[in-house]
Amino acid sequence: MARLTVEEVDHIALLARLTLSDEEKGLYAQQLSAILDYAAELADIDVEGIPPTATVLAVHNILRQDDIAGVSIARDDALKNAPRTDGASFEVQATFDNKDQ
Amino acid sequence: MTLCTLTIQQAREGLRAGQFSSVEMTREFLARIHELNPVLNAFITINDVEALAQAQAADERIARGEDTPLLGVPIAIKDVLSTRGLRTTAGSRILENYTPTWDATSVARLRAAGAVFLGKTNLDEFAMGSSTENSGYGVTHNPWDQTRVPGGSSGGSAAAVAADLCCAALGTDTGGSVRQPAALCGVIGLKNTYGRVSRYGLIAYGSSLDSIGVLAKTPRDAAIVLSVMGGRDPLDSTSVDTPVPDFAVAMNGSVAGMRVGVPSEYFIEGTQADVTTAVRAGIEQLRQMGATVKEISLPNTRVALPVYYLIAPAEASANLARFDGVRYGLRVPGEDLIDTYSRTRGAGFGAEVKRRIMLGTYALSAGYYDAYYIRAQKVRTLIKQEFERAFEEVDIIAAPVSPTTAFKIGEKVDDPIQMYLADVFTLPCNLAGICGISVPCGFDAAGLPIGLQLLGRAFDEAAILRAADAYQRETSWHKKRAGDRA
Repeated sequence: MARLTVEEVDHIALLARLTLSDEEKGLYAQQLSAILDYAAELADIDVEGIPPTATVLAVHNILRQDDIAGVSIARDDALKNAPRTDGASFEVQATFDNKDQ
Repeated sequence: MTLCTLTIQQAREGLRAGQFSSVEMTREFLARIHELNPVLNAFITINDVEALAQAQAADERIARGEDTPLLGVPIAIKDVLSTRGLRTTAGSRILENYTPTWDATSVARLRAAGAVFLGKTNLDEFAMGSSTENSGYGVTHNPWDQTRVPGGSSGGSAAAVAADLCCAALGTDTGGSVRQPAALCGVIGLKNTYGRVSRYGLIAYGSSLDSIGVLAKTPRDAAIVLSVMGGRDPLDSTSVDTPVPDFAVAMNGSVAGMRVGVPSEYFIEGTQADVTTAVRAGIEQLRQMGATVKEISLPNTRVALPVYYLIAPAEASANLARFDGVRYGLRVPGEDLIDTYSRTRGAGFGAEVKRRIMLGTYALSAGYYDAYYIRAQKVRTLIKQEFERAFEEVDIIAAPVSPTTAFKIGEKVDDPIQMYLADVFTLPCNLAGICGISVPCGFDAAGLPIGLQLLGRAFDEAAILRAADAYQRETSWHKKRAGDRA
């Protein structure tokens, strides 16, 4: 029986980039455990030699010339939904520490 | 006569003959939406100004003698499909102020065919849910009984069609999100074969399962919309280059000689007795119309639910990574960039979306990937093979859409598994990538609609549309309208 601890929930939340309240963590620990219990019955099914299905289609690579296909999006349009821009690019916090600044 | 009750077919005939204009029709729909939406909450965004401009343009084209399949016909669009210049929220607060700069291909094809866009319909956030209660914009109420859910996730589209707020509506179906609300609202819900309709511009949930479908008043109307939006699109590598027939040709056909499979696993304990009775009667009706009915077995039906709830959340956890507060949507500033991502997503996503992202992240994480995700994909193969074998013996499969009729608002919100069980009969179709349709086949003791589900082979929408159309010509369930009550 799967029993997720709050520590495991913390770890998954970090991987998923989700800030959760303590109440949410407790609730998800319990609810995800119940759902995983439900999924446990898959362990009883014989899948020896069965390939996994990632997609139902027989998809294959489709190649084309390395040209710009169709009309691309104007910069102003690309920026207009962004929460912060400098008018020419998206603005975010620094990705790496820069203690000198 | 109100123009709001017309089918697409009737609307096109009237518009072509000059009996009324698209502007008149659009005005009537907008007036009805403004009157009923405060009660039903079927629309998140009402597109008054653009809709009237589109109707005006359609009338001018009609006056010039132009004739395209949806010219001047008012349609609603599920708010998870991108609409150029029209706010698209996916039912999430994280996209409250998002306005796409391009159309989804399905939307663009409707636009090119002359459709008028009345607005964007409500849904469970990012199409995750079976009741529309997970919307960040409030629950949609079922037009048959406003204390009940419309189903989900395309609950706004189903309620809008049922309440005559549009001629037809686009929906999306990842695990039943077109068919289940169609059943609970007593309308037609067509889930197309995976790959039939381009997913470009659909805000992705489960990419190997998502399909764009139609909620409509008749099978013929669903056929008309499918013929417009189906077919290969260079912008979606999973859209299949296979001919899109004029599905309306499949109408006025017969089910004589059609082999209908009835899987015993879809008639199980826990299903509401009225539902089983009505669906059995619907199958008997098909038999009386000349179909051959055959009992079949799909033994892995039972495990489709856990397979789905590992695969779909895994895909969702990857797809929803794009909502990080950088290029669009909400941003909640944090201590550093990762903290900003996490706070933005923690504040912007609702409870069910976070639950599925957590579940999917877990299923994909080191140590659990093989035991959960890969195993689920292997069982998915078994489910797909089971359908392929069944379709060697039968042409279509008939079953219930959902174990119950519309349930009370709030009844299942605290128990995710009970909510997930509402889709137990619709999930296998998505896992196998085949097509399905929900057709009204009766009412329960409380007067709530029941749906008959017909499943077809991949790319054989013609068979299920023909059977649904033939069934409706012999039955009158669809003639009772929720609009009469609302």
